[in-house]
Amino acid sequence: MSGIRPQDLVEQALSFSKADGCVVIASESTSANLRWATNTLTTNGVMHSRSVTVIATVGTETGVASGALSRSAVGLDEVESLVRAAEDSARGNGAADDAQPLVEGDPAADWDEAPVDTSIEVFSSVAPALGDAFQTARGTGRLLYGFVEHEVGTYYLGSSTGLRLRHVQPQGHIGITGKVADDHARSAWVGQATRDFADVDVAGLDAELARRLDWSARRIDLNPGRYDTVLPPTAIADLMIYAYWEMSARSAQEGRTVYARPGGGTRVGDRLTPHPVTLRSDPSAAGLQCAPFVLARASSGTGSVFDNGLPITPITWIRDGELSALMQTRRSAELTNLPVTPMTSNLLMEVDGATGGVDELVAGVDRGLLLTCLWYIREVDPQTLLLTGLTRDGVYLVEGGEVVGAVNNFRFNESPIDLFSRFTGASATTPAFSREWGDYFPRTAMPALRVPDFNMSSVSPAS
Amino acid sequence: MPHEIDQRFLALPRAALADAALQRARDLGASHADFRLERLRSQGLSLRDGRLEGSHDGEDVGFAVRVVHHGTWGFAAGVDLTVDEVVKAAETAVQVAKVSAQMSTERVELADEPVYPDARWVSAYDVNPFDVPEQEKVALLAEYSRRLLAGRGVSHVTASLAQVLEGKYYADTAGTVINQQRVRVNPGVQALSVDATSGRFETMSSLAPPAGRGWEYLTGTGWDWDWELARMPDLLAAKLAAPSVEAGRYDLVIDPSNLWLTIHESVGHATELDRALGYEANYAGTSFATPDQLGTLRYGSDVMSVTGDRTVEHGLATVGWDDEGVAGQSWDIVRDGTLVGYQLDRRTARLLGEQLGVSRSNGCAYADSPGHVPIQRMANVSLAPAATDVATADLIGGVERGIYVVGNKSWSIDMQRYNFQFTGERFFEIRNGRLAGQLRDVAYQSNTLDFWGSLEAVGGPSTWMLGGAFNCGKAQPGQIAPVSHGCPSALFRDVAILNTVQEGGR
Repeated sequence: MSGIRPQDLVEQALSFSKADGCVVIASESTSANLRWATNTLTTNGVMHSRSVTVIATVGTETGVASGALSRSAVGLDEVESLVRAAEDSARGNGAADDAQPLVEGDPAADWDEAPVDTSIEVFSSVAPALGDAFQTARGTGRLLYGFVEHEVGTYYLGSSTGLRLRHVQPQGHIGITGKVADDHARSAWVGQATRDFADVDVAGLDAELARRLDWSARRIDLNPGRYDTVLPPTAIADLMIYAYWEMSARSAQEGRTVYARPGGGTRVGDRLTPHPVTLRSDPSAAGLQCAPFVLARASSGTGSVFDNGLPITPITWIRDGELSALMQTRRSAELTNLPVTPMTSNLLMEVDGATGGVDELVAGVDRGLLLTCLWYIREVDPQTLLLTGLTRDGVYLVEGGEVVGAVNNFRFNESPIDLFSRFTGASATTPAFSREWGDYFPRTAMPALRVPDFNMSSVSPAS
Repeated sequence: MPHEIDQRFLALPRAALADAALQRARDLGASHADFRLERLRSQGLSLRDGRLEGSHDGEDVGFAVRVVHHGTWGFAAGVDLTVDEVVKAAETAVQVAKVSAQMSTERVELADEPVYPDARWVSAYDVNPFDVPEQEKVALLAEYSRRLLAGRGVSHVTASLAQVLEGKYYADTAGTVINQQRVRVNPGVQALSVDATSGRFETMSSLAPPAGRGWEYLTGTGWDWDWELARMPDLLAAKLAAPSVEAGRYDLVIDPSNLWLTIHESVGHATELDRALGYEANYAGTSFATPDQLGTLRYGSDVMSVTGDRTVEHGLATVGWDDEGVAGQSWDIVRDGTLVGYQLDRRTARLLGEQLGVSRSNGCAYADSPGHVPIQRMANVSLAPAATDVATADLIGGVERGIYVVGNKSWSIDMQRYNFQFTGERFFEIRNGRLAGQLRDVAYQSNTLDFWGSLEAVGGPSTWMLGGAFNCGKAQPGQIAPVSHGCPSALFRDVAILNTVQEGGR
């Protein structure tokens, strides 16, 4: 990469600022990926990207205005015009509803450290292991499809208040779909998030795929209906991430989501479920570490450019079954009269007292289903947060506590908010990579849940 | 009169960098190499109750080198526009190809394409939105918002506008050199009504689709905002007061403002050849429309004819040339109900050319940014109208008990493109050939082949509208692509209607 230090970009931009306030975010990112299908590599890539965002805040007669501009690959000689353009934008925008004093602070201890990068070498053990897996698959009549990606982004945040913060965010994941070569309806999936691939055992993942494909040797067709269903942590992540993304305090205050209280205000303080459910975020959660301060390139319903640098401490969204917080900016916290609890880039769910794993939950099912993951999840009715979607890559029939075969896929219609109340069993919480959202939101830990009456609304002939 | 390409794009050192990168790739043994240099300008505005909530202005400039090296793909991208950096990227691309070769058993070969040594294309628009001061854009959206806020029962209004100016340079080792520019906008206006006592709420959104148009789209060219905004509050109030639908089977008349999305999901995605061959199996899924059924699969009734194109004026997928240097074309996908074609890129065209009866890609390669590899993306996939001028009212007139579906909302379809479920912006009961008031809590659910098999009639040219999406998602790493779908109104018999409140167990 070229020699311009992102810290220098930040300092240059701040030095040019003639506005009342200025926040600069400079980031550098590298990523590497491999993709495969039918036991052969398909595409690959190594990418470097860079961006700088300048946010200017300008006092007007009616309040403080902001303007935000982003550019990739800015040379030091282009910085001044970028700053001026941000200032012009601010002046044109008029007083901002989310205006707040910029966050104060000093330079962080790691401010001068260089960006961290990755390369195709991060796959130096994964790649040959995949090659072995393709070989094994060819020999045993299986087809493997999948994707592996590693990305490291380094973010530098500087403010006219003196604040300087740096954050390194590594993230990676692997997902493998396996199908039986002469019967593609027999399909299974495994997936895992990772920070550095040191904890990824491709052979182990492949063995798990093979085990699940063996389960599908016997096929049973079932009709739509409500089934006693065990949703593993992946499927719970698929649903709970959506429930989390809807948690804008501003939207609830306006009355437009499931978290709105009839008559006005939010449901914070309301009991959502009699079960001891906790839903929380924590930037320092082991293995799920994420930015411990707000990084906002634009203002929206869930974030404000004025909040850049605001520290993020552990937040409990649902405590012991009660809704206890929603995503806030300092502005929306004022409007809702609640603490400032910013959106955080990880999510954990726990059921107090729950122990054991998926196998223990399955063992208690007399006749029901064990899922793998969910797919194509979309909101049907925001009033109740009713979601629709499909089961995918492994719906297994459980009889007498054991998997006895594989079943057709279904379309479901369910609300994660309702499920908080309806589950009759829960496992301990483990890291869980969401099939549906994990490429974009990989840092989640979830329990498995048993739902006695999960709504499989119609049959999907797909596999 | 087409516009000129933006000067700031033309000032980028395209040819010098391309020459250096392509030469290095050749020297390292690549049989094919292509170089892209792109400048993507984007701007987003969002308003809450007539006041600017957030604005963001972005520019993404970068380059990419893609090679075929001894039958294996290699790809590398970067942001520093220097000869040294593009040469390094060419070297990395070849290196990645060598590493990948150990895991690839399928040789990559590309269908040939004529060489275009100096091609230039600009999309059709009147006013470049990036030439319009931000204040003016915010003021217009604020004014639209205020009109809605003044409507009876309207509690809150959100408005938004996304704008893109896309500059692409493409050059390859065959000698093709292409410069292109596209403009597109995605406006949104939505009114919310909340019942203060019960907490029940409903929304009504503008039906204006995203389009390959400029700022003129917001001021009345291609969409009548005055007419629509005036009607929205009453439509919203009626929706909030509407009775809940009785689940069952109904005949449906579907407005193009809803049907475009059903076409996108159940026909557009199902006929992407890479998907049908299994390349998307780990992510977006596969397709029931496998190539062995080409020419024989009954996709729908005789009334169903669907084309793919990258040529329709204002189409979001419309280009002069795709991101592999293939010229934009138009072709049949479904003819009189039978599957006859797919959407291709150069690799899949070569892979299945004989079976498909083609020797050339039909130009569906697209990379959403300089840092991403080009992949096959959806063309404008459109349902043909009737030759005669059948009106929507005529279709409604042929229904005794049914529902008229307008505007798109919820959507979901399974991994092979069979089972789908959609909702809409508003639904009207049809009784004895006439509209009889709105219904709420409606969803329609079907399997693709059953659904299109129940297509009885389509509207004429006067009902045809170009809908579309700004951000269709595909691939890993994820990419977005803009795409349009033209369709008339259409009548489908005997479709399953769900009551969404009952689905939720209430």
